[in-house]
Parts: sequence; C-alpha cells; structure tokens
Amino acid sequence: MEPLFSAASYTGYVYPNETVFPWGVLIVVYPYLTGLVAGAFTVSSLYQVFGMQRFKPVAHFALLASWCLMLFVPTPLLLHLGHPERAFNAVFTPHWTSAMAMFGYFAGFYILLLTLEMWFVFRPHIVHQAQNLKGLPGLFYRVLSLGSYDLSEKAMRYDSKWIFALAVTGIPAAHGLHGYVGFLFGSLKSREWWSSDLMPVIFLFSAVISGTALLIVLYVLSCKLRKVPVDVDCVKGMGYTLWGFVMFTLLLEGVEFANIVYKGREGIDMIMLFVSTRLLIPFFVVQIAIGAATPIVILSFLFWRGIAGKALVTGITVAGLLVLINVIMMRFNVVIGGQEIAKTGKGLLYFPWEIFGREGVLAAGSVLISPFLLMLVMVRVLPPWEDRKGALAH
Amino acid sequence: MDEKEKLGEHQARRRAFLGCLGGAVAGGAVAVTAGSVLSKQAVAAVATTPGSSPASAVKAYDPTKHKWAFGVDATKCIGCLRCVEACKLENEVALDAHHFRTWVERYVYLDGEDTPHVDSQADPVNIAASGTERDYRFANRYKDEKVDKAFFVPKLCNHCTHPACVQVCPTGATFKTEDGVVVIDHTYCIGCQYCVQACPYGARFFNPEKRVTDKCTWCYHRITKGLMPACVEVCPVSARVFGDRNDKESTISKFLADNRVDVLKPETGNAPNVFYVGIDKDVS
Repeated sequence: MEPLFSAASYTGYVYPNETVFPWGVLIVVYPYLTGLVAGAFTVSSLYQVFGMQRFKPVAHFALLASWCLMLFVPTPLLLHLGHPERAFNAVFTPHWTSAMAMFGYFAGFYILLLTLEMWFVFRPHIVHQAQNLKGLPGLFYRVLSLGSYDLSEKAMRYDSKWIFALAVTGIPAAHGLHGYVGFLFGSLKSREWWSSDLMPVIFLFSAVISGTALLIVLYVLSCKLRKVPVDVDCVKGMGYTLWGFVMFTLLLEGVEFANIVYKGREGIDMIMLFVSTRLLIPFFVVQIAIGAATPIVILSFLFWRGIAGKALVTGITVAGLLVLINVIMMRFNVVIGGQEIAKTGKGLLYFPWEIFGREGVLAAGSVLISPFLLMLVMVRVLPPWEDRKGALAH
Repeated sequence: MDEKEKLGEHQARRRAFLGCLGGAVAGGAVAVTAGSVLSKQAVAAVATTPGSSPASAVKAYDPTKHKWAFGVDATKCIGCLRCVEACKLENEVALDAHHFRTWVERYVYLDGEDTPHVDSQADPVNIAASGTERDYRFANRYKDEKVDKAFFVPKLCNHCTHPACVQVCPTGATFKTEDGVVVIDHTYCIGCQYCVQACPYGARFFNPEKRVTDKCTWCYHRITKGLMPACVEVCPVSARVFGDRNDKESTISKFLADNRVDVLKPETGNAPNVFYVGIDKDVS
C-alpha cells in the first residue's frame, strides 16, 4: 500500500509540520503547462492579431498546441487535491480573496475561447471533410461543423472578424491565466524565495519563451516527420522572438535575485547557503548558464554572423531545446526550491522524491506527455499545416 | 414549556455538570500524573461529555459574546511536552513526528556562540531519546556543553486577526469565527494546501487520513462548552494561558494587562492572537 505521506530530511531547524512538502512535482508541471499554453498562444497571436506573415506556417499549429496543452492544465491540480471530487467548491462558492479561486474562471473562460477560435480557424477543413467523407468519420466532421457549411467569401470574412476578436481577447486571457500563476507564488509572504512583486512578470516572460521554444522544436520536428522543407524565415522569426524574450527574462530573474540578496532580510543567510550549495547546479548551472545564457550566446552568434539555411535552423532548434530545459528548471527551482528553504529561516529541507503514487514522478511525467499525445491525434483530425488541402484558409 | 424545551434544558444542565466533572477529572489527573505521561483515559474523560450532541452544544454557545486569546509564558515552560501529547490525543492527530497542532521548541545558546541551537520534540535526536515518535521528550543533548542560556517556546496556531491562510483558501473552507478562532470545515476543504503554504508559522499540515488541511482550533469543541483547550488544561506550570478578552477578570485579560507581550513574526501583518512573554529575538 502506498504510504500516506513522505517525510523530508533536513538540516538546521525546521517547523515539524514542514517536513511534509505540501506541493510536489505535479505543481511543477502545472505552471510549466500553463506557460506553454500562453507562449504558444502568443506566437499564434503574432500572426492572427499583429499580422506577422512569417509566423503563418506555425500559427494554426500554435493554436492547436495551445488547446491540447490547455486541456491538461487542470489535471495536475486535480491529481494533487486531497478531495478532487470537491474541486468545484472553488467555482460554485468561490472565496473572493483567494487567487486560487479564480483558476476555475480563468481556465474555463480560456478553454472556451480557445475552442471557439479553433472552430473558426479550422472550419474550412471541417466543412471540406464533412462533405467528402463517408461513414463515421464523415458523421464526426458533420457534427463538428455544427451545420454550418457556408464557405463563401462573405462567410469567411465574417469568420476572420471572429478569429481576430477571439485572438485579441485571448492575449489578456492567456497571459492573465499565467500571470495569475505567478501571483499565486509571489503574493505569499510566508516564503522569501517566492514573495516578490516581480514573480507574475517573470512567470509571464518565461511563459512566452517556453511556448516559443516549444513551437520551434515541434515545428522543426514535424517538418522532419512529414518530410517537408522547413520554412527558414518562420523559424528565424521565432528565433528572434526567443532571443529578445530570453534576454529580458534573464534580466528580470537577475534583478529579482539581486533584490533578495540586496535587501538581505531575515532568513537571507539560509537562502545564500541554499543557492550556493544545493541550488548551485539546478539554478546557476542548468537554469541560468545552460538554459538561458547558452541560448542567448547561440542565437546572438547565429544572427550576428548572418548564418542561414540548415545551420540556422539547427542552431535555433538547439536554443529552443535549451530554453525548454531552462523553464522547467525555473518552475522546479521556484516550486520545490521555495519549499526547501524552511519558514523558520533556520533550516533547509530535502525534497523527498517519489517515483510512484499519485504525486510521483511517473504521474507528473504522464501528465506532461499527455498533451503531446493528444497533439499527435489532433494534427490528423484538424491538420494545421499549409500543405494540406483546405487547412489554411485564414 | 413543551417536552422539547424541557429536554433541551435538562441536557444543558447535564452538560454543565459533566463539563465541571471533566475539568475536575483533568485537574486531578494532572496533579496525580505530574511529571509522568497523562493517561489516555484522563484526556478522554476531558474530551467527552456524554449525552451532548455537538449541535445542541453549539446552540447554547453564543460566539458573539466571546473574544478568545491565548498567552504563552515561555519563562515558565519546562519542556515536559504534556501539552503536545494531550493535543495529539484530544484531537486525534496522527501519532508521528510530522503532524502537530502544537509543538515545543527549545532554544539553547552555547558558550561563545551567537546563534541558538534550536530543536523540537520532533527532532530525530529527541525521538531517539524517547524511543518512539509517540512519546515526547527533550534529550539531554547538551550535557557536555557549557550552556549560556536556554528556554522553551510552545508553538501553536496564532489564530491571527488577519490570517493569511483564510485569505488564500479558494473555497472558504477555513474561516475565522466571530469569537476569533480560525477553524477548518473538513467537509468542504478540497485539500489544495495553499493555506499550508501561506501560514508563516508552519502551524498547518495536511491530514493524510482525511486528506484535508488540519491545525489547532484552540480545542473549539471544548472552549464552546466552557472548558479549556487540552494543552492549557494539562500544563503543569501554567505556561499556557487561555481565556476571553471580553471578560476583564479572565486569566488572559490579566495576563495581557500584567505583561509586556510579543507576537511571532509581526512583520507579516497577520496580527497573531497568541501572545508571548519571555521569548528572545531569535524566536520566529
């Protein structure tokens, strides 16, 4: 039988109740997923709202990816809750002073918005399939079309207006959802490592870089799998976006850390001990050096030297992969790292890793992989690529 | 007076009598067992008032007429840990070293050192000394050292005036009652543990069996019946003081009038209602 709880070992003095970590790796996955959602949506909006044509090859895939990821955002939370069957208590009787009570509304609104935008964007394909397929697949698309088969120029203009409006609304919705996650942590005064006004902003920027990086990696990978040439201009555009936002994110994280050190409030000795020993590799080496500084160096080199073609795509993809590592490490260092610094300011805890169980690494890993499996299915149901017939009317 | 009202009055009298009896038993138990472990039976006698249902007890109790507060005189605490044991038994807290509604910290300043050595009954060395996580003892671990200063600090939920835990609860399952006690509705808590994170004092924990958050309630089931919290009841040196601030003659009112008191982590703005005498700058 699974033990009821895992107790952490520690050094120094910690409050007795602190030896059981309230939040585990599932709560690392949760902000990672919401970040990817917001980031992917940003790239989609760069095309849909801001008219950046170079993002057209990935715009619809970005929307699809955002939707697939968003469907799984509540999963880590539900798995984590002591009573998931009561989850709707927070929605039906919300406690208005709680940031967490807003999750259901933010998430619900955003899922609806994404679904609606998806429907408009993929409507030409849905109609095409509904009219050409027989049997069950045909029925599926006919249901999906909601009886709307009009693909006239007028209808398409009408759709475009809706897509634009939804994409505009989606920008604050997506970023609100993720800024809220940053607020969840930043607004707590019980932990010096979390308690920062910059936290929501840092979460937002890290969301944008993670989503952009994911799209770079998935787009290049999909081109390889589909055996079609990579649109270098599109990848270069995403590379530029990544470059700028990573620099800004790194700067923000640096400013935040400098703030903690400079203010040197109570408990700073323990924080300094923590970052200089236990967090040395996860924070300074993996998150900062490998995950942020290296991609900046790679991207700077690529753009400075005017590298083009395959080398450029490879370089940007590597930078994207490193940024994905950066962001998950950042989530880990915030969520788990914050809890490893005892509230007493006199001790450090060691996170008790669990492999199996409801909140173990396997469960968290499964939650993390699930949206990508869904994407594998969805790219067949609603092909987001330009080379498919009727797939990109907008 | 109809039958129902007669029955209610009868039950109220019976409760009052049994309440006094419970208090007497507890007092006797403390006297008899001072320096040894308080028997489970004694605590159970304090805890139960047969014949009274929780609903009728609450009915007789008017929360608007009370303003509860707690005092800790750290200069009196001898670190016997009877309070910890009584609390565990009274409130059915898991009998391990990771879940406590109340605990006691020991601060020891050794000769030539500026910072204290801090431990609680949950420290592995102290558990090794008692032999089990179910017995509570402070090991004599500094016997070969020169101790400059040492004292004990009992800890519990501070039932803050501006509780961060209540602020962050997404469902309102945890709330502050009119008489100033922060409680949790275990039938409504979703077990997200955001409140555990928000509490700066480490007073909250996740009840692994009920899968909801748990913490000290100042023994709300007892104080609403005119009894003292279990930890106060068993303290052999009156280091723990509890009472109604609306009553100027209560122990707590006198405690607050006679002493200059501190609260823990005042900078959080939580405004605790557990008031301390005799703590040091290193206590947080």
